[in-house]
Amino acid sequence: MSAAIALLGKGEKRKTREGFGRALVALGERDPRIVVLVGDLTESTMVSFFAERFPERFIEVGAAEQNMTGIAAGLAAAGKIPFLATYGAFASCRAADQLRVTVAYSNLNVKIGGAHGGISVGPDGATHQALEEISIIRSIPNLSLIVPCDYWETYKATIAAARHEGPVYIRFGREDVPMVTSEDTPFTLGKGEVFAPGRDLTIIACGVMVYEALRARETLLGRGVEARVVDLHTVKPLDRALIARCARETGAIVTAEEHQVNGGLGGAVAEAMVGTHPVPMEFVAVMDRFGQSGKPGELMEAFGLTARHIVEAAERVLERKRG
Amino acid sequence: MEAKPLNPGTAHIPEAPEAHRPGRLAWTEERLREQALNVRRDIITMLIQSQSGHSGGPLSAADVGTALFFHELSLDPRNPAWPERDFWHFSIGHVTPVIYSLMAERGYFPLRDLMGFRSFEGHLQGHPSRHDTPGIEVSSGSLGQGLSVCCGVALAARIDQQPRRVYCVMGDGEQQEGQIWEAAMFAGHHRLDNLCGIVDWNRKQIDGDVEDVCGIRPLAEKWRAFRWNVIEVDGHDLRQILRAFQAAREYRGAPSVILAHTVMGRGVSFMADDHRWHGKPPKPAEGERALKELGTSFAEWSARLLAGGAAAAGSPSRNGGRT
Repeated sequence: MSAAIALLGKGEKRKTREGFGRALVALGERDPRIVVLVGDLTESTMVSFFAERFPERFIEVGAAEQNMTGIAAGLAAAGKIPFLATYGAFASCRAADQLRVTVAYSNLNVKIGGAHGGISVGPDGATHQALEEISIIRSIPNLSLIVPCDYWETYKATIAAARHEGPVYIRFGREDVPMVTSEDTPFTLGKGEVFAPGRDLTIIACGVMVYEALRARETLLGRGVEARVVDLHTVKPLDRALIARCARETGAIVTAEEHQVNGGLGGAVAEAMVGTHPVPMEFVAVMDRFGQSGKPGELMEAFGLTARHIVEAAERVLERKRG
Repeated sequence: MEAKPLNPGTAHIPEAPEAHRPGRLAWTEERLREQALNVRRDIITMLIQSQSGHSGGPLSAADVGTALFFHELSLDPRNPAWPERDFWHFSIGHVTPVIYSLMAERGYFPLRDLMGFRSFEGHLQGHPSRHDTPGIEVSSGSLGQGLSVCCGVALAARIDQQPRRVYCVMGDGEQQEGQIWEAAMFAGHHRLDNLCGIVDWNRKQIDGDVEDVCGIRPLAEKWRAFRWNVIEVDGHDLRQILRAFQAAREYRGAPSVILAHTVMGRGVSFMADDHRWHGKPPKPAEGERALKELGTSFAEWSARLLAGGAAAAGSPSRNGGRT
């Protein structure tokens, strides 16, 4: 049993955005180049910890995400390491051109904290449920993209983003989510982690769907199926070697993401796999539709994003694997 | 056609001896006039060679640009990352002929490189690219983004208590972009008096007269309303331009914007004040006519460029900025 499985079941929950906020303070303590910008969302993106500790390095831009992205680029051009924080819907979609031309084309050292990713944002509804960041961000050259699965992984992703030279987008969520990693779980930008062993198929997940994948694995074990679970937190640059190895060793893949199916994690995995070792594959994702208001749990159920849906996808892919 | 400078806002400013910061050329008006002519010759020669690119805007911005590069800016072309340098940025990325001419004439790269403008082999992209051209600090080309970048650099200089000044060249059509006003609001709010905007107000954009396409007037009142110090000048009168730079440098408590009334295509009779020359190059025969008006020929001027290594107008590390 891996460390991840051992944690599963304890039931402790924390917010990924808190991991982002706490990591910024740790970064600020050790590096004076760290500056933080926010677009009128100080509390909800949890950059409030940094704002309290380092007011002289905290920049409130107001409700102007395109401007904030450009200001961050200017700060980076002047040698700072800026982290900007807003909701993912605005960071990725509204400021997409600014990210593309000013930040990424210039390859400036800007870090983007995209909060409130996914359908689990809940009652705010479709406008605030960011479901497109993975497709948008991974189509832009030079940009890296991390989708961490829990508090500690978001913390580590934030630290890793600061150490990485170049623009990085970190996507995290709103709700308390179950802890599946600990402070000691390894994290390397660009490297996926095998969280649970298995030979019959591989479930490759990111974000909160890693927890759902681990739960699905338990159910599948009861049916005599051993599913490998991979936490593919870095969607770009993609760990192609790990994907190829999983395809080769398990012969079937299910991807799971709280994101549109078009061009998301599943698309990235499929692109990598088709060029190396093609095997049957199924996608658990939002099927090309907008979100809606509701409680996070009922939305995850309604949009097909739970362990049960992963189990169903696993059974479909196993049937195809058997031919 | 309405008359140009209405209210040169610099009449009250006494002529003072120029401060000699390292890396600042502080050339005289007469010398600047000669250099601006050379810049116009470069522009037409590059466009004849590339048969692609913009004519009108580069010619209208040639005088302000020359005053900026050969009088005002503190920089070291041999060491583009010199930490104390002033920061300059053309938010109107499409005026690359004037940008690259100014850079080569100032010594960032050899004059002969200008003959590779927009070519596959050269390093001078159609729009400025940080990745390709040494000295371009932030890529641009999608209108409206540059002032935000300059806010970020100005803010970094303030955080670090550096005396760096920041200059952002904008277009008048570009004033239609919303992000300009997000940045203007931010800079006014934060009283970024180390920031100087320059609007090349040539009154034309691709589709026609700016006032016919989507009027930007009253422009001075808009900038004032955003809490900027506004200076209006004839953008082809070097004395007024130099006074405006001085006034901006000495103004405390608010950013300054220089509204430079110019003529699109200035310097070439058949291009002047005609929006059809915004985005196209002269055909070779038209180019020869233009160069004849500018006192040279393609054969003569392209030979000068091809023979030219670094123009080396001055390097603070060697001569303390005096020439």
